[in-house]
Amino acid sequence: MRRYVEYFLATARISILSQIQYRVANYFYMIGMIAEPVIYLVVWSTIAKQLGGVVGGYTAGAFAAYYIVWTLVRNMNIVFTPFGWENRIREGELSMSLMRPVHPIISDIAYFSGWKVVVIILWIPIAIFLAWIFKPTIEFTVLKAIVFFIAIWGAFLIRTMLLSLLGMITFWTTRVSAIFDLYFALELILSGRLVPMTLMPAWVQNLSNYLPFKYTFFFPIDALVGNMSTNELWMGIGMQIFWITLGASLLSLVWRVAIKQFSAVGG
Amino acid sequence: MSSVITISKLAKHYQVPEREGGLKAAVTSLFKRKYRTVKAVDGISFNIEPGEVVGFLGPNGAGKTTTLKMLSGLLHPTSGEVSVMGYEPRHRSHDYLRQITLVMGNRNQLTWDLPALDSFDLQRAIYGIPVDQFKRTRDEFIELLELKDLVNKPVRNLSLGERMKMEFVVALLHRPKVLFLDEPTIGLDVTMQRRIRTFVAEYNRRYNATVLLTSHYMADVEALCKRVIVIHHGRLLFDGDLSTLVRQFSSYKTLSLTLPNPEVDLVKYGEVISREDGRVTLRVPKAQTSQVTARLLSDFQVDDLTVEDAPVDDVIDQVFSQKEEA
Repeated sequence: MRRYVEYFLATARISILSQIQYRVANYFYMIGMIAEPVIYLVVWSTIAKQLGGVVGGYTAGAFAAYYIVWTLVRNMNIVFTPFGWENRIREGELSMSLMRPVHPIISDIAYFSGWKVVVIILWIPIAIFLAWIFKPTIEFTVLKAIVFFIAIWGAFLIRTMLLSLLGMITFWTTRVSAIFDLYFALELILSGRLVPMTLMPAWVQNLSNYLPFKYTFFFPIDALVGNMSTNELWMGIGMQIFWITLGASLLSLVWRVAIKQFSAVGG
Repeated sequence: MSSVITISKLAKHYQVPEREGGLKAAVTSLFKRKYRTVKAVDGISFNIEPGEVVGFLGPNGAGKTTTLKMLSGLLHPTSGEVSVMGYEPRHRSHDYLRQITLVMGNRNQLTWDLPALDSFDLQRAIYGIPVDQFKRTRDEFIELLELKDLVNKPVRNLSLGERMKMEFVVALLHRPKVLFLDEPTIGLDVTMQRRIRTFVAEYNRRYNATVLLTSHYMADVEALCKRVIVIHHGRLLFDGDLSTLVRQFSSYKTLSLTLPNPEVDLVKYGEVISREDGRVTLRVPKAQTSQVTARLLSDFQVDDLTVEDAPVDDVIDQVFSQKEEA
């Protein structure tokens, strides 16, 4: 266990050092990513104003809070993609990772965790700037802040499991971008990335309760900017743990089959 | 002494889909796919003893890399048995991976934008190397490969040869007992090749490591390997001393003469390969070497004459072409 912790910290350190090297690129990337929530924010703020200041319980200030926090959650949600798996197999990088006495997915989690530290630091000035422009209304409590902090890492892990599972498909075929696109479309609608889930039709909200997507976007954001009860907050964390555990179990199962496939045909 | 590596009737076969060109064949292949079996490795057997450095030779596509991948656990054999230090490589147990290394000339493990020292630290964490041992080994390798002024530079600023030296440090920091080296000097200049060879030889000597090396540069093999294993089309052609291989397979010897008049016609003595700076090099059938030498000495005033075995490169080339024709 101690060895794993040491490995985790060393990999995260390498990631932080690498991302610091790319700090300008990282900043431009994050700034580019802001375009998406700002568009949503402007549209919904305009609609709210036209409808007397409130849409589905959200004021312009509440929308601002939602989408500003969205920018951090979105960045926390960046994980190793299925396209990355495809590339890793095609270019032979997986062979070199498999020669190390550490699971490649553990390496990914460690590396991206380090990256997140840089992301959080770079996000702070962006959030201050957006707050100055859009004037969010937000009620902080210590409990909300703690749950939010846990939830953004939970979101990162759920999405790592989901996208790694998708990535496993590339062990059999590399022509799967259509499946990836379908996944991303579902995620857009069912996660709260496009609009807060409470603005969606009831049946979409119901459906999202049985799927992991909303625990990667809506739940962490709403935990900080919404009005969830203490019970709901901890229930949300419980659901994140459930999806992480289920995802990890499935991934472990699929990995065993996938790696046999890889070992049978090479790469 | 028990062998470190034992391979018995090892085979790796692939099913490769194939079809003829054209629309009709493309449509037909949707319903009925044809497969061809490619025997990348076809029943090879050999043992390697502790501390041996063995050259694993063969033309492109002979099955060398496939064998190395089976030995390192990246590929599962179709049939046959493989054992390395008592481990079955295909299980890729962490204990096993901590005792081996695979260096491929065209792959890298270094973090591109950071100094190599950072990659060394990461390697320490990956393999759980005790700090004292890590520092000792790292400093020892840095000195052996003369890397002191380079380890603080970002890897992207290093030349190919410098990077390869760093790759060796990363790959050997955990002091593996078995080294699988797949074309480790590919693309390097002569000086850098020599430096890498010296390093591998020194590592083998200091740690009694077992080395299986593939290389298209015969200089690597000549410098490091007493024993060679030659495979072609996945089958074993030769397993023994390099000198035996040369004796067994070379059909000619090379005669180099220094003559007062190097332009003299020598066609009837053998095939003239070169005439440079007053020195003529002839290729003579092995069986006729002593007879041709005697005739040359009696027919001309020879200032100097040497008889050498055919270069190993040529012998290997000859082995492959003979088997291709057979």
